[in-house]
Amino acid sequence: MTELNEASVRAECRAWLEANWDPNLGLVEWRHKLAESGWGNPHWPSRWYGRDLPVGLVPVVEEEFKRIGAIGVAKAGIRVLAAATILAHGTDMHKEKFLLRIMTGEDTWCQLFSEPGSGSDVAGAVTRAEMKGNQWIINGQKVWTTSAHKAHWGLLLARTDWDKKKHAGLSYFIIDMKQPGVTVHPLRQMNGHASFNQVFMTDATVQPEFLVANVGDGWEVTTTTLMHERRGADALRSWGQQSDRPERAYAEERAEIATTMEPYKWYPQRAGRVDLVVPRAQETGAISDPVVRQEVAKLLFMSKAAEWTARRARTAQEQGRPQGPEGSLGKLASSHIARAAARIHTQLSGANAMLTGEDSPMDGVIAEILVSVPATSIAGGTDEIQRNIISERVLKMPRERTGDSDKPFKDVPRNTVA
Amino acid sequence: MKFSFSSEQEEFRTNLRRMLADRAPVKEARRLMETDAGWEREGWQALNSSLGLTAVRIPEEYGGFGFGFGELCIVLEEMGRAIVCAPYFATAVLGAGAIINAGTHEQKAALLPGIASGETTATLASAEDSGNWEAASTTLTATPSGAGYVLNGHKNFVIDGHTADVIVVLARAPGSSGDAGLSLFTVSGDAAGLSRRLLKTQDPTRKLARLTFDNVEAALLGTEGAAAAPFARTITEATVCLTNEMVGGAERLREDSLAYAMMRMQFGKPIASFQSMKHKAADMLLDVELAKSAAYYAAAALDDGDADVVAMASLAKAGASDAYTQTAVHAVQIHGGIGFTWDNDTHLWFKRAKSSEVLFGDAHYHREVMMRNWAA
Repeated sequence: MTELNEASVRAECRAWLEANWDPNLGLVEWRHKLAESGWGNPHWPSRWYGRDLPVGLVPVVEEEFKRIGAIGVAKAGIRVLAAATILAHGTDMHKEKFLLRIMTGEDTWCQLFSEPGSGSDVAGAVTRAEMKGNQWIINGQKVWTTSAHKAHWGLLLARTDWDKKKHAGLSYFIIDMKQPGVTVHPLRQMNGHASFNQVFMTDATVQPEFLVANVGDGWEVTTTTLMHERRGADALRSWGQQSDRPERAYAEERAEIATTMEPYKWYPQRAGRVDLVVPRAQETGAISDPVVRQEVAKLLFMSKAAEWTARRARTAQEQGRPQGPEGSLGKLASSHIARAAARIHTQLSGANAMLTGEDSPMDGVIAEILVSVPATSIAGGTDEIQRNIISERVLKMPRERTGDSDKPFKDVPRNTVA
Repeated sequence: MKFSFSSEQEEFRTNLRRMLADRAPVKEARRLMETDAGWEREGWQALNSSLGLTAVRIPEEYGGFGFGFGELCIVLEEMGRAIVCAPYFATAVLGAGAIINAGTHEQKAALLPGIASGETTATLASAEDSGNWEAASTTLTATPSGAGYVLNGHKNFVIDGHTADVIVVLARAPGSSGDAGLSLFTVSGDAAGLSRRLLKTQDPTRKLARLTFDNVEAALLGTEGAAAAPFARTITEATVCLTNEMVGGAERLREDSLAYAMMRMQFGKPIASFQSMKHKAADMLLDVELAKSAAYYAAAALDDGDADVVAMASLAKAGASDAYTQTAVHAVQIHGGIGFTWDNDTHLWFKRAKSSEVLFGDAHYHREVMMRNWAA
């Protein structure tokens, strides 16, 4: 076995791409080749479409793809979390059935964790899974489910035992979304978009072999999924650069990106559009107002300092050093930044902040910022939960006693409206 | 741009932190802050020479180690953390900085080796009674006299100005205005006609003096009439160094407050278990880490010769001014009644935060400088 280093990986990857990359292939056909070669997800196990490459060398492979303009395997959306979870906890059957079609992009996935009655407290899920006859019968409601209407498969957290304590009574399933017992309704948000869905499961079924890990292991498996979600939050919604070249594979990728990214098109506005603050201040003339200048400068400090803090964390990680507390702060910082940006955009727009759509500045972009920013401090863990996580896990402050840890889940008080 | 410290730098920091904890504990700061000088020559020289602290950034040809601002700012961060009472900032940052930026080769060869070895202390006298750190506000005059010059006027807020062996003074030619006609001069601390008055400072760990110049003989430093640029550079460097000192102090306050909250029992449990306290602690961590990132970035910008360095220095200083003061306010609050007592150490950093907040310009001033240089 030759030694793995940057040069050897680069040479081998380059040689394979030069021999195999063909933009006139269909996207799925090309990704099949990629999956077989192991270059699509080179850090995955060699037994499962990977090459056991250390994570630190993956950027080298990415650079080679970029150099030649080759398209990678499908990497956006919940499918990435599904793959990570299946690799960690799934059976060989799961891996055979799902991983390849995740990589080719043929299957779309969704995540069925949050419920109307359990937002921050995901482990308080009350969706029921009961073994009847020789299959699991699922009843309950999930919410905030991105792409549920397109998904073929769902990652489902459900309660299998009500006599056990909260976390111990949960199990994790892979559910077929295309069945009569599953109904999907779009959930309209305060900004007018409908990026998420409510999913109703009424006597939906799951075959026994689609349980992931064991009955009662649901929380542990969920933690794996959530860990990957937190780690790759930005990657799930980004696609790097798309090419406008005419060949078949590029055209198919453009169509795929358009579909996958559709629910996320207001996300830049959600983050506050810091990039628009100085141009808008110049355009409106407010840049000469000393009060506005102070507010803009405060925002730019936060935004730059948060970016550099993330770079510090990433550099430490790349160098294999233990990450300091700086790694846990990005989410909380982004809430502050988004709120401050929305405040300044309001100030810069004045009376026009009352308008929306084509009657408002930048054809509605500014208006969309103002009604999208509130999502930043809620989605993916509220600011309050982030502060709990920072204080307990980073600062090691004592955990608060909760009302649900010492009794069977059936005796835990919970929301009456579900 | 570098976003991490090298292992040599980390090791230097670890050794320095250990040495300062051992040899410059808070009780030593409490003793020295009650003296008029604010420091003691023998003790400081011994501490300085063990790691060659004043030599860190001085070029090798003038007796120093020739490191950059990355290393200098580690020293300052650790000194801010330990609240060391020493003429380090005045000497190694202000005095040496002005000499390096403005002086001729002969002047550097004459002045820097003494600073590097710790024999000589120095400072920079620029601000006057208006409390303005921009060169154009200078009114103190330098008039040619014989082979040299005589200085007349006042300088105010001069750090360690009452004890410095060498004082670098910003002065202008009579009748000049703005950035024109500005020159730097060196004056001996015991020069005839110089009177130095120790000011009563809110922060007893950083001594300030008001200097009166009455026909004081002075030697020109560098080129006559061309001091505006090297002076501005020196203030930018000093601003970045102060910012790093500030984030060291802020982190210390944050850590001490957390330790206190973990230990302090009320209602039968540590106050650190209350969510109001946990959320405050998380917010403090965010404030301090953001300020640290900006301080480190600004130091790297100085070493890299980044064209935006003035804006970066101001961005970092504005952030640290807000973060250090806010952290100090939270620190007193978390300590409760005990935090308001003289015996508790929190007020030492609280006062250092307050003096640092306005030194070289407060957050409002630096946000405006940043906007002028960077955004519009």
